[in-house]
Parts: sequence; structure tokens; C-alpha cells
Amino acid sequence: MKKRRGNPDIEPGAPSTFGAVATGTEGDRAAGPGRGAELADLREVAVHAKPYYADETTIWSWLSTTDHKRIGIIFFVMTSVALLIGGVLAMVLRLEHLTPDPTVMSAATYNQVFTLHGVIMVWFFLIPSIPAAFGNFFVPIMLGAQDVAFPRLNLATVYFYLVGLIVTVVGLVAGGADTGWTFYPPYSSQTFTTLVPILIGVFILGWSTILTGINLIVTIHTLRAKGMKLMQMPLFVWAMYGVSVIQVVATPVLGMVLLIISLDHGLDWGFFDPARGGDLILFQHLFWFYSHPAVYIMILPAMGVISEVVLALSHKNPLSYKAIAYSTFGIAFAGFLTWGHHMFVSGMSTFDAGVFGVLSMFVGIFSAIKVFTWVGSMYKGSISLRTPLVYVFAFLFLFVFGGMTGIAVAATSLDVHWHDTYFIVAHFHFIMVGASLTAWFAAIHYWWPKMTGRMYSEAWGIAASILVFLGFIATFFPQFLLGNGGMPRRYYYYPDHFQALHVMSTAGTWVLALGMTIALIYLIFSLFYGARAPMNPWGARTLEWAVPSPPTRHNFEVTPLIEQDPYDYSNPLREVRPNPLYDPELERHRSTERSP
Amino acid sequence: MNEFLRLILYLPKQATSLARDIDQLHYWVIGITMAGATGVAVAALWFTFRYRRRYEGELTPQVQGGFALEMAFISSLAILFVTFWVIGFQQFIRIRTPPKDAMVVYVTGKQWMWKFAYPEGPSTIGTLVVPVDRNVKLVMTSRDVIHSFYVPAFRVKQDVLPGRYETFWFRAEHQGLYKIFCAEYCGLNHSKMWGDVLVVSPEDFDRWLRGTAVEDLVNLPAGRDRQVVATFDDPYVRRSPFGVVLEGRPLSMADRGRMVAERRGCLSCHTLDGQRHIGPTWRGLWGREVSLATGETVRADEAYLTRSMMDPQVQLVAGYPAVMPTYQGMLEPAEVGAILELIRALEAPLPTGVRYPSPLMEPPDRPPLSHVDPERAQQNRDLPEEGVAP
Repeated sequence: MKKRRGNPDIEPGAPSTFGAVATGTEGDRAAGPGRGAELADLREVAVHAKPYYADETTIWSWLSTTDHKRIGIIFFVMTSVALLIGGVLAMVLRLEHLTPDPTVMSAATYNQVFTLHGVIMVWFFLIPSIPAAFGNFFVPIMLGAQDVAFPRLNLATVYFYLVGLIVTVVGLVAGGADTGWTFYPPYSSQTFTTLVPILIGVFILGWSTILTGINLIVTIHTLRAKGMKLMQMPLFVWAMYGVSVIQVVATPVLGMVLLIISLDHGLDWGFFDPARGGDLILFQHLFWFYSHPAVYIMILPAMGVISEVVLALSHKNPLSYKAIAYSTFGIAFAGFLTWGHHMFVSGMSTFDAGVFGVLSMFVGIFSAIKVFTWVGSMYKGSISLRTPLVYVFAFLFLFVFGGMTGIAVAATSLDVHWHDTYFIVAHFHFIMVGASLTAWFAAIHYWWPKMTGRMYSEAWGIAASILVFLGFIATFFPQFLLGNGGMPRRYYYYPDHFQALHVMSTAGTWVLALGMTIALIYLIFSLFYGARAPMNPWGARTLEWAVPSPPTRHNFEVTPLIEQDPYDYSNPLREVRPNPLYDPELERHRSTERSP
Repeated sequence: MNEFLRLILYLPKQATSLARDIDQLHYWVIGITMAGATGVAVAALWFTFRYRRRYEGELTPQVQGGFALEMAFISSLAILFVTFWVIGFQQFIRIRTPPKDAMVVYVTGKQWMWKFAYPEGPSTIGTLVVPVDRNVKLVMTSRDVIHSFYVPAFRVKQDVLPGRYETFWFRAEHQGLYKIFCAEYCGLNHSKMWGDVLVVSPEDFDRWLRGTAVEDLVNLPAGRDRQVVATFDDPYVRRSPFGVVLEGRPLSMADRGRMVAERRGCLSCHTLDGQRHIGPTWRGLWGREVSLATGETVRADEAYLTRSMMDPQVQLVAGYPAVMPTYQGMLEPAEVGAILELIRALEAPLPTGVRYPSPLMEPPDRPPLSHVDPERAQQNRDLPEEGVAP
């Protein structure tokens, strides 16, 4: 490959026209332009500014912030709380399965708990966990931008999420739903539980998802630093682009379907009532038209994280940048054509099942391209085994295993046996937890120094990551066997002979929880007692490592010059310098925005 | 080898040849899955050791995967995946295509039990009794919400929906008792919506049809797992550990269909003897290609006939006036099943020795059957006596 350079028109050492623009902080500007901006090192300028979280310190400054980094942190905290709630519910569910008969709760409670576990994990953790937290925080910095394109809209996403969460929790306190997160009618139209607040809560949350998607798409198109071409963006940004497109296209269908179910359940409209001419299968088509692409909303960001971590810790160019970038869109596109594989036994025609089965294989091929490229990129690298990389190993094994069982399920005849059994439960937990959650942990450990300015304990990090991996395997591997044995999902009672595997699975959740608790403890510990993080602890080449740890309010005081490929590890790390080809209009706008 | 892998993978006993074939694919796919996942993880770990960072600031060469390498990788994977699909989809077509000579049992799912009705008369709750080595087709519907009829030993399941008829077929090759689960979440007692398929010898099956209780035919193991969740309000049923068997003279389902057709007024427009009336006759209708007013043709199967009862104007038969009202919400699923069975009985000889009451089976002429199914027409010509099964 030809080495890609930023802007071929600019000689790296050429004198720049940078002097006329104020580049420093308020104090520097007051002192006039004499700071020698031509020579200004972005780092040096930024040292004088406060970290983003200390810029203002009032609570109101957090509640009304338009800083993408603060919004990212708010989402990180909120989604972590959602993970905690959903995780505790999961442990309670597993506890119930210690015995085939009632153990700790009634059948009615069990049905409500698995519904809430699904709703909270899917919509309040998995979907926003990486895009709204890490995507918000890092996409603008990786592009050399000062913020996202619509900062106030970005703030609105926080409140849509919060209101959605509150409405859902009100529904939970007022009675809870027992339909499962899939809300299949006619059961969802007939159940006596309080379904409507939960539907409306998810509906409101959907706005948060859509707006985050729009914001990231516009940011990527309009706010790249001058000279950064699309094919020079970090691969995480490509993943966020792909996922944003899915969020914007698919989520409205979910909103529509949730409203119709609310009307059916609350006002007895009977859209899906077969006695009044409604079509039950239509609901399933609409629901999965959203919910299947939603799987890629959960996994594509995880893939983006893995791309960054593998390359940064291997100090290696990707085996094929284009393969990783394009396969993101292959997955996003093919993902829209495969929803029917959730319905092989629902009563769709044999022909349809065949078409959806073979289309599903394409998702597998695109995913395999990514896996192959990641592993291939480590060849001849300079690999440093740190905590994020341990999570990458876990990701690779669990994602390939979970993905290949997806291929198995797409071979239609096998799905007829596995559908709605624990095999499917294990399969999608391998992807949702095994891949997405481990990638989330990899993201936390990779970017923690940048987000908080502190280093965590490497030894504890590796210990916790191994516990998480082993706990995960112990939890979900037995579930594949349970599914083979024919154990249907959403079962409160189960036949006696399944008990041994259920006990194993329950014990696994305790190991998993232990690993995650250790991670929580050392991460919080590091906030107060951790060593100060250097600007670039991993020696990575992407732009977020060229700003201070933690970054300042506006990330870059001036637009950086893109001189080095984001994955150019064949040459020493270059200092990032201001771009002499600045846009005077934009710079003026930025300085007026900054002044009170 | 099959037995070893089956036990390792915790798969239940294979009661059908289809189950054995599906398991063969299962072994290959899961084997490749394990190898693939392990291979990728081991490669990553090996690279991590082999190319570990030796000093800070170490530079690495630019390595690019060539186009040929990428294409070779993609196409070999594509071939592997599509091979899985081709084999799997062939099996899927087998799962979805019931043989023509299958005996029919009507299944109704309701919260939270399975009800089985036999054309020959008996009906049960919770236990489906079938003869060994015989193709059995289940015609299934639901009275309330979506259920899913799942027999792990057959490796087959099918969702059961209200307002629709879905089919499910199997040919059990070993006598025994196989578990039925409801696999689609259906409310509070979803996890207790269990049943059993009891596969018995053909002789025992005939004795059972004539009224012998199940427990007099076979010794069933006692087990906590085998529970029947049922309410019994029908005076003609008595409780047994394996479900409920109707006592008394069994009334065939087609007979019941005829009663329903009379009571609901179907017979004021449709005839049973092959004559044209306000609506098309029911004789010889089953399985025929029907020309519609729109110019299309459609096969008169369960799906078409059910649709015609529920939404008659949509697929109107050519040459008949659009006067039939909808029966949506007026017919119970069991009544629809009975009418379907009546129409089916007007077409084919029954597989078992049940004689119909005379008005049903005495048409003026034997209807031409050759246009329906040559095989069946041949069978009919070979009949020793009118209305008696071979």
C-alpha cells in the first residue's frame, strides 16, 4: 500500500499562515498574537487549559452541558447503572433456576423479571453503551473537531434517555410487564400487567438513539479536520458511521410498532387481533425489521473498539483498512435483509425461510472478514499484552463461536430444533455479552486514561478480565447444551434432568459478577489514587492521543494538521501541529463561541 | 459415532430418520464452529507471543493482505456457509412437506394445554397417541395466544397461531414416550404447557382407537416430568395419568363436522354430494386446484379452506356469487377443524376402518378423482368395498 499522508499540498516544514489567529487560552489571546503560533505545539497550548470536567464545576454545568465529552461521561454512568440493574436481574433469574421448582420467586415474578432484564439490557445498556458514551466522547476528537455537529441536540439525547428510563421504571414499580422484550401479540394485547409505560419508555428512548445517530453522521461528514479524507478516519469512526445509519433507518419502525402495541393493549384497537382481521405475523416482521438490525447497533460499535485496540496495542497497520471499513457497511446493509431468520417456525413460507437463511450467511462472511483482518494485523506487529488486549482475545473467541452458531442457525433446518430454546439464548448472549460487553470493557480499559486522566492497576485488570471470560464461559456454555437437549427459553419450571447444567450456569454468573465487581473497584480506586496518565500511554497514532489526558473543553485549540496515517506504525510518532490551511470563517466562529 | 456425539452434545434420542439427518449436519457445523473459534483465538495468542514488543518505540513493517488472499478467504468461507445452507434448507423442505398419505390429527393449543382430536373419534388432552412407522400430520391452531408445538426427539417445532392452521408432520420409528413442550412464551404457566407423544404399535393403536385405555396397552414409566395441566369439564372424559381419553362410542370428527355444517347453516349453500348449489360443493374439493374469480388458481388445502370461511370474498371461486358471510369469530377452532375433516373425508377413504353414516358417503356417482391425485385415484379403484379402508 502506498503510505497515506494527510494533505499532499502541504510541505510538513513549510512556513504557515497561522500567525493571525489566536490559538491559545484567554490569557494568551489577551497578550496578543505574539506567541509564535507557527511553532505552537498543540500540547503546549493545551497544558494551560483545565480538563473538560473541571472547566466548570457546578451541577448545573453538567446538567446543561453541550460538551460532547461530558455527555459521553453522563451516558457512560447512566448505561453502567442500567447494566448494574439488568445484571442483578440476570443473577436473580439464574438463582431461580437452581432448582426445577420455585426457588426464590413466583412464576408471575419470574416472567416480569426476564422481561425487564431484556428491556433494560437491550435498550438501556447495549444500544447506547458504546455509541452514546464512547462514540460521543471520542468521535469528535478522533476527527480533530471541537465538538459534535449539534451540541444542543446531543444534550437532548441525555434527557430523552433519562425520561425513557424513568417512565420504564415507573412501569416496573406500577406492575411490570410479563411479555418478554419481544412484546409478541396477541399475548401482549391480553396481558393484565402494566405494559404501556414500558412501551412508551422505550419509544421515548428511541428518540435518543435516532438523534445520536444523526449527530454522529453529520459530525463525520462536516467536522473532519481539514485534510482528513474519509479513508483516513480511524476505524472506530467508520463503525460509528455504520451504526448511526442503522439507528436512523431502523429505530422509527420500532417506534411505530411500539405505538401500535400500546394502542392494542391500552385501548383495544385490535391491529393485530386475528378475530378482527389483524395479522400476527405482520407484527413479527415489523418488530424484527428493527430488532435484527438492532443486533448490529450493538455489535458494530464493539467491532470498532476491537479495531482500535488491536491496532494500537500491536503497533501495526491493519492488514486491510478497506476490508474493515467496507465490511462495516456490508454488515449494516445485509443486516437489513435478514430479519426473517427469527421467524423460521413462526408460519412464514418455506421459500421465504430459504431466502432469509441464505442472506443471513452474508452477515457471517462480512464478520469473518473483520475477524481475519484483526488477527492478520497482529502478524509482524509489536504487541504489548495489556488489559484491553486480554478482552480482545475473549472477544475473538466468543464472537467467532457465537457468530458461527449464528451461521448454524441460519442453516434453517437446525434452527427448527434450536428456535426458542436455550441454544438461541446462549447464541445471542455470546454475541451480546461475549462480544459486545467484552468490547465495552476493552473500550473502558483502553480509553480510561484519556477519559479520567488516571491509570488503573494493570495486574488487577488482567485478573478481572480472565475472571470475566471464565465466568462467561461457565454461564453460557451449558446453555448451548441445554438448548440441544430441548430446554425451551422463558421456562420457570423445567424437567428435572436439566438441573445439573442449570446449576453450572448459575455458578458461572457468580464468577462473572466477581470479575466485574473487581473491575468496578479498581477503576473507582484509580480515580482517586491511580497514577496520572500520560498523554499517550499506548503510543497510538489516532488523534485522541494527541490531546492531553484528560482533554480540555474544546479538545484542539486549533484545527490539527493531518500528517500521519492513523495506523502508521512504520514511522515514529509525529507531533501534531496546527493546520496552516485553517478556515478563517470557522476559526472566527470558534473564538466568538468561546468568549462569554 | 452418532451415539457418542449425540451424548456429548446432550441431544435427546432420535425418534425419526429426519432427526438423525439433522443431527449429522449439527455435528459438522458445531465441530467447525469449535475449531474455528479455537483456531482464531490460538492464532491471536501465538502472534502475541511471537511478535511481543521487545523495546519501546519499536517500528513495524507495513503488511497488506493481497487482493488474491482476501478473495480466496472470502470465497472459501462463502462456499462453506452456502454448503451448510444447501443441506440445511433441503432438510427444512422435508420438515415442511407432509407426505400425502399421512394420517391427520387436529391439535388445538390453549393456555396451557394441548388438545388432540382424531378423525376417528377420540380426543385427548396432553397425550398424543400415534402408531409407530406411520406418517402423522398434525393440523394445528390456537384458541388464544401464540404457542409452539415442540418435540425435541423429532427435532421439529412449529408455532401455533390463533386464526391460522399450521401443519407439522413426523414418522416416529421407535415406540416410546416423547416430551412435547410449548416453545413460544404464552403467559403464566407457559413452562408447564407440556405433553407427551406416545408411540405405540399399530395393533395397540387400533385397540386404543376402539376405546382401550392407554395404561392397559403400555407400561409407562412414572415421572414427575410427565404432568398434564388440564381442566376437565367434559362429562365424557375421565382422568388418566397420561392425559384424558374420551369414553363411550367415539364420534368421528367428520361426523361432528357434518353436525357443525348443519347447525351453522353451511349446508344451505354447499352440498355434500357433488351438485352445484349457491356455493361450490364440498365433494371432491379437497386438494383440488380451484379457479378463482381473479383468474388465479389455488389449491384447496387447510389454509385456503380456512381463509374461505374467515374471509370469503378474498379468494372467490370463479362462477359463484359473492354472497357468503364471514365466519370470523363465529366458529370455534375445533369446529373449523371438524368442517375441514368433513371436506377431507368427502374426498379420500379413511386410513382406518371407520364406516361413515350412510348419507355422507353415498354420492350418485363416484366422483372423478383422476384430476386430484393419480395415486389416490388408483387406490380408490382398488377398494374392496365402498367406504372401507384397504
